[in-house]
Amino acid sequence: MAAHTESHNPALLHHFATEEQQRNSASFGMWIFLATEVMFFGGLFCAYLIYRRWYFGDFAAASTSINAKLGGANTAVLICSSLTVVLAIWAAQTSRRALMIGMLILTMLFGLTFLGIKGIEYADKFHEHHVPGPSFSFDHEEIPGNPGHYANPHHAQIFFALYFIMTGLHALHMVIGLGIFTWLLWAAWKGRFTPEYHTPLEIGGLYWHFVDIVWIYLFPLLYLIDRHT
Amino acid sequence: MATGNIPPVEREDYLNKHYGVGSWLFTTDHKRIALLYLISITFFFFIGGFFALLIRLELLTPASDLVQADTYNKFFTQHGMVMVFFFLIPSIPATLGNFLVPMMIGAKDLAFPKINLLSWYLYIIGGIMMLHCMVTGGVDTGWTFYTPFSTAFTNTKIVEAGLAIFIAGFSSILTGLNFVVTIHRMRAPGMTWTRLPLFIWAHYATSIIQILGTPVVAITIVLVAAERALHLGIFDPKLGGDPLLFQHLFWFYSHPAVYIMILPSMGVVSEIISCFSRKRIFGYSFVALSSISIAVFGFLVWAHHMFVAGMSVYAALIFSLLSYSVAVPSAVKVFNWTATLYKGSIHYDAPMLYAFGFLGLFTIGGLTGLFLAALGIDVHVTDTYFVVAHFHYIMVGGALMGYLGGMHFWWPKISGRLYPEGWARLAALIVFIGFNLTFFPQFILGYLGMPRRYADYSHMPEFQILNVFSTAGATVLGVGYLLPMVYFLWSMRYGKPASDNPWNAAGLEWQTQSPPTTFNFPEEPVVTWEAYNYDEIDKGQKEVPQVVG
Amino acid sequence: MSTHSTSEHSKSPLTTYFAVWAALLLGTWLTYQASLLDLGRYNSAVALIIATTKALLVALFFMHLKGASEKLLKLVVVSTLFFLILLMALAMFDYGTRWFS
Repeated sequence: MAAHTESHNPALLHHFATEEQQRNSASFGMWIFLATEVMFFGGLFCAYLIYRRWYFGDFAAASTSINAKLGGANTAVLICSSLTVVLAIWAAQTSRRALMIGMLILTMLFGLTFLGIKGIEYADKFHEHHVPGPSFSFDHEEIPGNPGHYANPHHAQIFFALYFIMTGLHALHMVIGLGIFTWLLWAAWKGRFTPEYHTPLEIGGLYWHFVDIVWIYLFPLLYLIDRHT
Repeated sequence: MATGNIPPVEREDYLNKHYGVGSWLFTTDHKRIALLYLISITFFFFIGGFFALLIRLELLTPASDLVQADTYNKFFTQHGMVMVFFFLIPSIPATLGNFLVPMMIGAKDLAFPKINLLSWYLYIIGGIMMLHCMVTGGVDTGWTFYTPFSTAFTNTKIVEAGLAIFIAGFSSILTGLNFVVTIHRMRAPGMTWTRLPLFIWAHYATSIIQILGTPVVAITIVLVAAERALHLGIFDPKLGGDPLLFQHLFWFYSHPAVYIMILPSMGVVSEIISCFSRKRIFGYSFVALSSISIAVFGFLVWAHHMFVAGMSVYAALIFSLLSYSVAVPSAVKVFNWTATLYKGSIHYDAPMLYAFGFLGLFTIGGLTGLFLAALGIDVHVTDTYFVVAHFHYIMVGGALMGYLGGMHFWWPKISGRLYPEGWARLAALIVFIGFNLTFFPQFILGYLGMPRRYADYSHMPEFQILNVFSTAGATVLGVGYLLPMVYFLWSMRYGKPASDNPWNAAGLEWQTQSPPTTFNFPEEPVVTWEAYNYDEIDKGQKEVPQVVG
Repeated sequence: MSTHSTSEHSKSPLTTYFAVWAALLLGTWLTYQASLLDLGRYNSAVALIIATTKALLVALFFMHLKGASEKLLKLVVVSTLFFLILLMALAMFDYGTRWFS
């Protein structure tokens, strides 16, 4: 073991030479993890794009039956939560403990709001029998811009299958994000974060922003296929 | 080869530093984790090998007389799933990679030691789940679990097998993530990118594939599970779905996956060939870049597995062309290794025998891949034993030979003991002979039309003689694999103690004791020499480079 | 990842953060409004362009990709997107040309 000639932050792990190396590694590691998440969701987006092109009319009909206002509201909620995350990190950088904790709490409240709105949407779909499976039904729904033509229920079921899997996977990531931020909040409360060391906040923030970006794409693709007819 | 000075008293190393099951199960030392993986993947190799034995026994006779077709389907499925996901994909990266990557770059450990341990636990959990799945009925779809058979028709345990693979896939992703961050961030001073051993370049390229490809098969498994549970129609033609979508998503990972399996082996071969010809690798930068090219190009060719599946013929043309291009970087490597041998001072120790085996067998496997990339030929030989022979030449003749060569080469470093060289050379020879006897007849069988995944070939009884050769070869091959298991274990107790650098090899891992201490180097190395500086080492102008404090 | 205190910047990052936040909300509103117009085949393109702009804003400013000292992180993002688009493009090529007569 190399002799330590100067004292170092207890958060410095033994196999790293400097705090900067540790921080850069953590950040890099999180970015690579986010790359895997992009590919994970990406497979779903690929399937979605193929079927949307193939069954455009049926998908448009299915899309008009989900609530774009709630989807839009959720988009705004997540955007606000991303703001509170960067403000929390700024607060850590500038030793504003109360603001940091407040912003973390606000972030989590926004996250819970998102999940709540999602729950309302899912409940609506359940009542309308749009959840894929044995009780699915989508008869006699007109294709937008094509009066007299009705959507193929099988194709509509594919839309809803992808809708639930994509938004469900996204919601699962939100839940995990809330778990991460619960820990961050506890660590912030305990005074673990200083201007010199707040790496967990940064990488937790990266994860949260990624979840926001996924929703930024999900919203127009799922909710706004054809709203103009 | 130099024997060096053997220490008279037992030094502290990573093996004897702590004792007890807990010190192993909760370790964060990359070397101990490598050994945990070594034991686990060897176990799964036996399981996969057991299914291979059953396949070969059934195929001794044309009729499906050992087992019913349904059971035979489970044999080849389980053979494939276990060998691909629980042996080949982790094999070199999780064992030799985990052990050597930090040492080769002069680091104390990987960037994320706890995540390294987590990746082993995920592997074990996935493995236990797969074992449970197999003993409670197994899967019969082929390791490729094509839809709609896997989603709508089979009654076997798809979801459980899928979940096992999903979890093991996470293990693979975390290993890749760890390696990339480590290689970027934790190189010792002076260890520039162009001084890195090619083993590191190979693992870097492998990690890129693990990171970008594995998540796609993960989501595919999720879709298959959802489809099975809810009859969603995503892959079911009766409900408007497309079975080929599954194949696109599946092969987008599974083709690059074969490069995960071969690239690390190529890295091993570079290390061995340079050491045992006492020469720098010819065209170092070309070999390094070819690893990255293989990783990139490997993502462009997946639909060559789908030429006859119903895909667009125009897309087939594109993928055929791209598949030809992916052979080029592999060929570059083979040329450069051969050029390295030229005028080298060749030593025929066991690792080198495996490297020679790799060169020949990988070349045959790779060239037959080009046969398959040609649309016209593929129409005839797809889903025949030609394909089976092709990928076994690469996976077994290539990847597995490289793995065995690497295990022999680094065994003194890992265990502090020398393996018995005579037995090792004999085993290498037995493996080579057994391998060719097993798989060369399969090229002929496939060309003559014997389909793969058939238990019963009694409509063409003339295939029997070649199948008998193949099974005989498999028995010989099995002996060849058992021998190293026996003598490696024997050497841990009775083998001659190894010096720090018994091969007089270049590379930072050889500059520290055998076995290494927990933190690898007494002081952080500072690198001032190029990779593979065998001319300096052998001329004695420069002593074997010492670690500079 | 910068750990400079804000006093070293001539402009506080707060201004940037709030500006980006406003732009993101505006973009959301724009996306919704644009979907109500009949732009034919360009509806999808417009939606994706706005979404990509928003995603870039989040990545560059909230995730601090813009200020990253090394090209490495940008390389990670670009290569990931490259392979994702590759998957979609080549798969779409199959579907797009499958039923040519």
